Amino acid sequence: MTALAKLFRATAFRLALAILAVSSVGAGVVLAIIAWQVVAVVDEEIARTIDAEAKGLTDAFNHDGLVGLYSSIEARKRQPGASLYLLTDPAGESLAGNVEQIPLEVLERQGFIVVNYRTNGPGDRVRQALVRIYKLPPGFLLLVGHDLGDRARIEGVMVRALAVSLVFFAALAALGALFVARNVLKRIDDINTSAQGVMAGDLTGRLPVSGSGDELDRLAESLNAMLKRIGVLMQGLREVSDNIAHDLRTPLTRLRNHAEAALAYGDDPAAYRAALEKTIEESDALIKIFNALLLIARAEAGGGIDGQTAFDLAEAARAVADLYEPIAEEEGVDLAVDIDAPLTVRGNRELIGQTIANLVDNALKYGAMSGRHPGDPKPSIVVSARRVGDAVELVVADRGPGVPPEDRKRVLDRFVRLEGSRSRPGSGLGLSLAAAVARMHGGRVELADNAPGLRVRVILPAEHAPPALPAPVSGSVHEPVAG
Amino acid sequence: MRILIIEDDRDAAAYLTKAFKEAGHVVDVAHDGVTGYDMALEGGYEVAIVDRMLPKMDGLTLIGALRGQKNETPILILSALGQVDDRVKGLRAGGDDYLAKPYAFSELLARVETLARRRPAGAPEETVYRVGDLTLDRLSHKVTRRGEEIVLQPREFRLLEYLMQNAGKVVTRTMLLEHVWDYHFDPQTNVIDVHVSRLRAKIDRDFDAPLLTTVRGAGYMIRDGAR
Repeated sequence: MTALAKLFRATAFRLALAILAVSSVGAGVVLAIIAWQVVAVVDEEIARTIDAEAKGLTDAFNHDGLVGLYSSIEARKRQPGASLYLLTDPAGESLAGNVEQIPLEVLERQGFIVVNYRTNGPGDRVRQALVRIYKLPPGFLLLVGHDLGDRARIEGVMVRALAVSLVFFAALAALGALFVARNVLKRIDDINTSAQGVMAGDLTGRLPVSGSGDELDRLAESLNAMLKRIGVLMQGLREVSDNIAHDLRTPLTRLRNHAEAALAYGDDPAAYRAALEKTIEESDALIKIFNALLLIARAEAGGGIDGQTAFDLAEAARAVADLYEPIAEEEGVDLAVDIDAPLTVRGNRELIGQTIANLVDNALKYGAMSGRHPGDPKPSIVVSARRVGDAVELVVADRGPGVPPEDRKRVLDRFVRLEGSRSRPGSGLGLSLAAAVARMHGGRVELADNAPGLRVRVILPAEHAPPALPAPVSGSVHEPVAG
Repeated sequence: MRILIIEDDRDAAAYLTKAFKEAGHVVDVAHDGVTGYDMALEGGYEVAIVDRMLPKMDGLTLIGALRGQKNETPILILSALGQVDDRVKGLRAGGDDYLAKPYAFSELLARVETLARRRPAGAPEETVYRVGDLTLDRLSHKVTRRGEEIVLQPREFRLLEYLMQNAGKVVTRTMLLEHVWDYHFDPQTNVIDVHVSRLRAKIDRDFDAPLLTTVRGAGYMIRDGAR
């Protein structure tokens, strides 16, 4: 039995005690109230009987004097279940009745009183009675009372009922504790065991779900969803570190090799100079990768960015197209902008401009230039944008080989470059950077077929539109995706 | 020119001091914000280079305090943060230019030298730039060389305008991108070079004395080669 299981047993035991205590107190209170009420009714009845008897006896006294009273008492005391009677003279001497040994001071008191008495019949033992003293002229005292045996019996019944119910409640508490231990605590125990497995490093472990849909199931489901998310993030992290290892290690190795080679073989200032220039070039490339990674990491950490303004997307896109136009022309690619100005969006012009630049750069590198045969139509890249409801859709479309549907989600990940493109320059961060920037603005990036070619759609909230966007469809990156 | 460097990293400060001195400048260094503020207030510096994170008084507070004292020394902010909004914050605080670490010294030098040129306060802005026999009229948007009109695209005009405004000084690719296209990112491809070579084809090709030169490892410069 593990320490945890012991704790659960202890929990069950404490629970049983608590159930027992609460139900016992409850039963006790209920029984006490009932007993109190019943006793009050019985007492009232007895008092009424005493008053009636006293009235009969006083009537006898008034009609027939002391003799009448005496004979009435003698007659009554012989009846079964008789009341108690005692008649004393002014000196306190007993004249008639069936009561012996009653404390003398009682005779001085008024109203109903409870006294201990002893009968003068056989089996004389001390009993309780409710009595009342009546004064008769010239100084006689008449005590009329009734035995309280009924009341004692009722009290006895109540005590027995309490005892029986205590036993019953104890059994109930034990059953309840057993049920809780079996069903609830056992399941919590199972959840705990699974959680410990996860803590020990098995992120694929999941908490058991009983299928009843109760609170514990809902808790387990939430925790499972959390575990899944953590698993996805962990996998993403692992992929990223693998990719960083590859994409940073390669240029770092190159950088180191250049420096080493220069030290080993360089024998003239020109060679040193060339090596140092190469070194700076490589480290600049590293810094670029690094900056892009930071930006993506920041977008994934969530939260918006400062420096958001309303700006004309048409102007921003045209500035980028203008920037790339000479290169496109050199490559024999038509680069066109198709935007009806002004198209106001709210965001960081810098980041969105950089995104457009990355996409155009990508389109030039992977789209327009690859897979061309002599005689193919002139490749083209079109940057367009339009307002769709509360969003602005920016599209960079090329006529290149495109991206197969199964890869469209993956290429938005960091460092992913499709087979055959790894040898070309570029960090593989362009698309994921675009996705990160879109996400920072509360938007997303989608890839689609341009038949032929690739259409990259960057969806951004229009100015004054709420940041929430409709649910993403295929190939989107509303959520960070990693495999 | 006299340059004040406020930088707490002593290695970096020593390197900058040496490099600026070799470029022919006079350099003073402060290693914390308060000392830097006092030195900047005493004045006489043509440019101050301020690190964003400083002991005793951080860079942005220092700049705000200087501007509050009506001290208009041009300030370049150096920052290891490098985020997009960080740049915006720096310029909003009163900085004149911003450079993220790590940077190329050639970039820093070029930016510092163009910053200092903004100085002559109250002097009327030139409307016509002249470099050798090349003339650019900022009002009529006319460019002539040796009296012959050269037709430029609007973007080419702005490129040439910025180069001539900083005639005789190195202008880096990122500076061109900032001033001509209003973008501050680093383009993946050397797109600026293509623009410059196009401009060069228009202003230099048919003339024997080239004005627009490439400064290796730094950027471009326009100057009258004959002088």
